[in-house]
Amino acid sequence: MSTKEISYLEAVREAMVEEMRRDSDVFLIGEDIGVYGGAFGVSKGMLEEFGPERVRETPISEAAIAGVSTGAAMMGMRPIMEIMFMDFITLSTSQLVNQAAKMRFMFGGKVSIPLVVRTPMGSGTGAAAQHSQCLENWFVGVPGIKVVAPATPADAKGLLLSAIRDNNPVLFLEHKLLYRVKGEVDDQAGAIPLGKAHIARPGKDLTVLTYSHMVVKTLEAARELEKEGIDIEVVDLRSLKPLDTETIIASVSKTGRVLIVHEAPVTGGFGGELAAVVGCSEAFDRLDAPMVRLAGRDVPIPYNRNLERAAVPQVEDIVKAARRLATEGR
Amino acid sequence: MPKCIENFETDLKLDEKVRSRLLKSLPREKLIWMLKNMYLTRYFEENAEALYTRGLVHGTMHLSIGMEASPIGSISAIEPSDYILHHHRGHGHTIAKGADLVLMTAEFLGKDAGYNRGRGGSMHIADSSTRNLGATGIVGSMFAPAVGIGLSLQMRRSKDILLCFFGDGATNEGEFHESLNMAALWKVPVVFICDNNQYGMSMAIEKVASVPCISQRAAAYNIPAVTVDGNDVLAVYNAVSRAVKKVKAGEGPQMVENLTYRWRGHSKSDRNLYRTADEITEWQRRDPILRFGRTLVEAGILTAEEIELIDRQAQEAIQKAAEAAVNMPEPSPENMEDEVYAL
Repeated sequence: MSTKEISYLEAVREAMVEEMRRDSDVFLIGEDIGVYGGAFGVSKGMLEEFGPERVRETPISEAAIAGVSTGAAMMGMRPIMEIMFMDFITLSTSQLVNQAAKMRFMFGGKVSIPLVVRTPMGSGTGAAAQHSQCLENWFVGVPGIKVVAPATPADAKGLLLSAIRDNNPVLFLEHKLLYRVKGEVDDQAGAIPLGKAHIARPGKDLTVLTYSHMVVKTLEAARELEKEGIDIEVVDLRSLKPLDTETIIASVSKTGRVLIVHEAPVTGGFGGELAAVVGCSEAFDRLDAPMVRLAGRDVPIPYNRNLERAAVPQVEDIVKAARRLATEGR
Repeated sequence: MPKCIENFETDLKLDEKVRSRLLKSLPREKLIWMLKNMYLTRYFEENAEALYTRGLVHGTMHLSIGMEASPIGSISAIEPSDYILHHHRGHGHTIAKGADLVLMTAEFLGKDAGYNRGRGGSMHIADSSTRNLGATGIVGSMFAPAVGIGLSLQMRRSKDILLCFFGDGATNEGEFHESLNMAALWKVPVVFICDNNQYGMSMAIEKVASVPCISQRAAAYNIPAVTVDGNDVLAVYNAVSRAVKKVKAGEGPQMVENLTYRWRGHSKSDRNLYRTADEITEWQRRDPILRFGRTLVEAGILTAEEIELIDRQAQEAIQKAAEAAVNMPEPSPENMEDEVYAL
C-alpha cells in the first residue's frame, strides 16, 4: 500500500489526470484552465500533458460551457466542466437543470449524460457576495442531477473518480478553504461510491450531520468538546444526492441528539431536508431533544472579515451549539 | 416581412438556371422523397389537430403547417449518418430524419410505446436510431449542445456533421451569441439552420430583432450565412447542401436562414390576434407543397396523377399510424424514479 500526503486540490487533479489517461473520452472544459491552471490552480500542468483539445479553454460563457458539455455528453464523451466560482453556475443553470438533468427521462431513457460539473464554493476568502456562495440546495431538488461535496483529499479523489465514471450529471462541490488542506491518500484506494456517508468521528453524545468544509470545522470543535467530556459523532455526508439516509438514521438512533451544520443560508437550506429525514424516520422516537440547525445566516456573504466570519458557522459556534444540545434535558 | 426582404418573390428567388440544374441532376427518387416527406409532415400535423379536437391529446402541440420545405429541404441535403438537433416545432425534422410514424404518433398521444415512452410528447421527440438527437422546448437552448455535439464529432475525427435547427425568436437568447462565438472559434462541423417563420409566439421578428435578417447576426461571429426562400424546397436544398459541403471540407460552421411562415397559431392557446387574416392568406398562396408539385409537373418529372398518388399514400400512411397508435397502452406510473438516472 502506498499512501502519501497530498492536498485536496492535488487530489482533485490526480483523479482527473488518472481518468484522462485511462479514458480518451474524458476531457476538461472551462475558463482559464490551461496555462493559468484554473483560478485556484487545480488543473496546473494538465494542458502540458493533454494538449488544448482535451484541456479545452473557453470564452467567458458559462451558459454555453454547460450546454457544450451537455451536448458532448449526449454523444458519449465524458466532459468535466469547471465553473470558476459556484456563484457563476447561476448562468449555467438552464442547461444543467432543463437539459442535462432532464434528457434521460424526457427522451424515454434513450440517452445518458455522463457529465461532471466541478465548482469551488464557499466563503472565507474575502471575495464578497458574488464569489462566495454555497448553492447546493438549489440542485438537490432537481431530479436527474447528483450532488457530491467531499471534505477530505482522499474523498475528493475517490468520489471524483466515481463522478467521472458515473453516467449522469454530477455536481462536484469543492470548498475553496479545503483546497490547501492536506491528507493521506492511498494510491490504490480507487473509486468511492456516491451516496455513502462516512463517520468522520464516532461518538456517543450527539450526531452532527454535515458536509464539505464544515466537516473540518466540526472535527476541530469535536476536539474542544472532548476536553469537556462531550463525545460527538460526526457524520460526513459526502454525497447529498443520493443521500445515505441509512447511516443518518442509524447514527441518530444511537445518540438521540442531532446538530445539523452547513454553510449555506439556513432558510431553504439542505439542513431542512436532513431534519425531515430524521423527523420522518424511526429515529424520531429516539430523539431526546429537538434537532438544532446551525447554518449560514440569511444574508449575502459580506466582504469585511468580521462580518464574513459572522455570516457562517465557525468552530466556536459549533462548540457552543453542541455543548448546549449535549446537555439539554439531561 | 423582415425589412431586409422587400419582395419575397423576387428578392429570394432561386436562380432559374440553378433550379433546372437541380431538377436535372437530382435523382428522381430524391425529388419524390422531398415531396412525400412534405406531405407526410402536413398530414401528420393536420391529423394531430384532428386528434386534439377529438379530445385524445393531453398536452400541447406546435404546428409547422406551411413551413415544411425548411426541415425537409435541409435534411434532404445530408446523409443518414449525419445528426440533427431541433426545436419545439419539430415534426417535419423528425419525419424527414426517418422516424417511424406509429412510434411518433404514439409519443404524441403519450403512449408507452412512443419514442420517449410517453415522457416527452410532441415537443421532445428524439430518435437515436435515425440520429435525431431530440428537440428542446427551452427556446435557444439547442445552440450550446450543438457546439458540444460538433466538438465531439471533431474530437473523434468523425466525418459526420450536425444540422442545428432553431427559430427566429431563439436568436434573441444569450446562448445563441455565446454558442455561435464558440462554434466559430473551434470550427465545429455544424450547419445552423433558422426556420424563420417570422413570429416568436405573437411577436413579429421586426419588433424584437435589431437586425432586419437573422443571417446578418452570423457576421458578428464570422460565420458565413445566407437567407433563402424557405417555402421553396429546392432553394433550401441548394443552400444547405452548399453549406454542408463547406462544413465537411473543414471550413467551420455555416448558417442558412429559411424564410417561411407558419399558418397556424403558436400553440393551441393562440387566437391569432397579432396578425391579419390577409397576411395568412397571402402566405397560404405560397404553399411549399403545391409549389413543388407544380415545379415537378412543369419539369416533366412527375405527372399530376403521380403527385395525387403520393399525396394519397401519405395521407393513408398517417391514418394507418394514427389507428395503430390510438389504442396502444398507456405507460404505468410505477417505478418512474428508476428511469431518472442511468445505471
